[in-house]
Amino acid sequence: MTATSRPLVRTLPTGQRSRERSPGATLFLVLLWVSLLVAFATLVTLLVSTIVEAGDRLDSTLLTEYPSSRPEEAGARPAILGSLWVIGTTAVLAVPLGIAAAVHLEEFADRHSRFNRLLELNIQNLSAIPSIIYGMLAIGTLSLIGVQNKNIVIGGALALALLILPVIIISTREALRAVPREQREASLALGATELQTTWRVTLPAAVPGISTGTILALSRALGEAAPLLLLGALVFISFDPNGLLSGFTTMPIQIFGWTNSPQAGFRELAAAASVLLVVILLAMNALAIIIRNRSQRRW
Amino acid sequence: MTTTQDLRSGPAERGRSGLHTDRDLSRARSRHGETAIRLLLRAAAGLSVLITAGIVVSLLVPAVGFFQQVSVVEFLTGTRWAPQFADPSFGVLPLLTATAWTTVIALAVAVPCGLGAAAYLAEYARPRVRRVLKPILELLAGVPTVVFGFFALSFVGPALRDWLGIDVGTFSILAAGLVMGVMIIPTVASLSEDAMSAVPNALREGSAALGSNRMQTTLRVVFPAALSGIVAAVVLGISRAIGETMIVAIAAGARPQMVTDPTMEGATMTGFIARMALGDSRVGSLEYDTLFAVGLLLFLLTFVVNLISIRLVRRFRQEY
Repeated sequence: MTATSRPLVRTLPTGQRSRERSPGATLFLVLLWVSLLVAFATLVTLLVSTIVEAGDRLDSTLLTEYPSSRPEEAGARPAILGSLWVIGTTAVLAVPLGIAAAVHLEEFADRHSRFNRLLELNIQNLSAIPSIIYGMLAIGTLSLIGVQNKNIVIGGALALALLILPVIIISTREALRAVPREQREASLALGATELQTTWRVTLPAAVPGISTGTILALSRALGEAAPLLLLGALVFISFDPNGLLSGFTTMPIQIFGWTNSPQAGFRELAAAASVLLVVILLAMNALAIIIRNRSQRRW
Repeated sequence: MTTTQDLRSGPAERGRSGLHTDRDLSRARSRHGETAIRLLLRAAAGLSVLITAGIVVSLLVPAVGFFQQVSVVEFLTGTRWAPQFADPSFGVLPLLTATAWTTVIALAVAVPCGLGAAAYLAEYARPRVRRVLKPILELLAGVPTVVFGFFALSFVGPALRDWLGIDVGTFSILAAGLVMGVMIIPTVASLSEDAMSAVPNALREGSAALGSNRMQTTLRVVFPAALSGIVAAVVLGISRAIGETMIVAIAAGARPQMVTDPTMEGATMTGFIARMALGDSRVGSLEYDTLFAVGLLLFLLTFVVNLISIRLVRRFRQEY
């Protein structure tokens, strides 16, 4: 993470510079540029081609109408509301739990105990398990508590919350770790208890880092479709979801459903909904990156 | 980019913060409320063990039911995958070959591009340039995989056919793999940039003092020094490629067949699970249980790959 020796070679005498400009070195630099370009060009192509494909479907009916068998009348209203319900519930489930677990691991847990080291390894591993596996965990859990109809908001939120929990734990720990020891010591020296120190000093200082990680995790959950497929979320919904036990679909699932349809009209709809989803997600990611860059404070 | 952060927090980072040395002093006054809250915090951390146990149980129980009827040997060596047919067959190799192809193609894109981008950002870019380029690269990780899948289906497939004259159908392993590769670039780039930036400057200075230019320094000094971190990044990329679902579910096709050529269509393990979940097979039936048998295999594969990656990161963390 530290800055490397950029000024080093630049300040070398001019005789050295010619070596930097030998054909081989120049070619190498061009190759490096090309590899960056592949990523950027794809991002731009993806955005442009999706917007072009969406064409005139990027209108308000997309937001206000229910799905229909006639693509020109259909919209994504239940999917948008469903996404809001599911992500809201996911946040309520995952954020407090994730922060609590991170506080325990970072501030209170004995780092040398075997169990805690295993716990850390476990969390790292959980964060890289394929998302579709979490869908299987969710249907397993739901049938364990005897739920018959699995396409309910709380089921989807459960799957997504378990999916992003490790991500929130890991990023919160990083944020807590960045708070210098002196802050805690000062608080303790004034007679605060450990929990008071954590609650009034350490956590507030870590808020920017925690919110960056949380926003990124929630944006991942918002774009995720695979675990929800297993809950049978690809249903044709023509009502507004209105509670935790309500049936639902989400934006990514709705897009997936439309891409499966052979009619060209539905492809346009899928593209239009994709544009909407990408705009929301890129905005969330940009917000997270901005918070992170703003908050890089030196203690 | 979020998944890469976990790998940075190896044991070498421990012991920098926390409240431990002060514990004895504050113990003097014990408070019941505080003890209760601490127990709650501990329970939250312990939940992750419960999640893992839950995953293993919810995969294992139906999978055991499956393997009581289909032998493990038939499952792992059979070359015909047709669980829903009247004459069912449960050889998982077609799904494995498709997964292997998409993974290899994805890595063929993600590894060179990710490493190239990382090398540029770590060794060449000035701080100001890097501050602009890195977030843009990270934005790529914010695009949902459904949209990547749609892009592979509606743009990359036709582009391969019409512009490059490659004979691909509507669905192809090739288009799905290429797009998946682009999706993985930020993962590989972010982790290997960290590894390269962690190489001490003294090594670069030594190399420059011997008369090497920046390319030679990058290739012969920084790369080897950061190798374990770079390998860990690649291994994590493999894990993500194996587990990626929506891109292959949308763009790779649904026909399970032994894939010998990337222009074919094929069903990967995750693609099969996604399609199967959409069907209306009865809960508890043999064909429903195949979902969990394949899920278990997927879990085991990525589990092993993840452990290798975590190990490698810990090792390279401790070097400097």
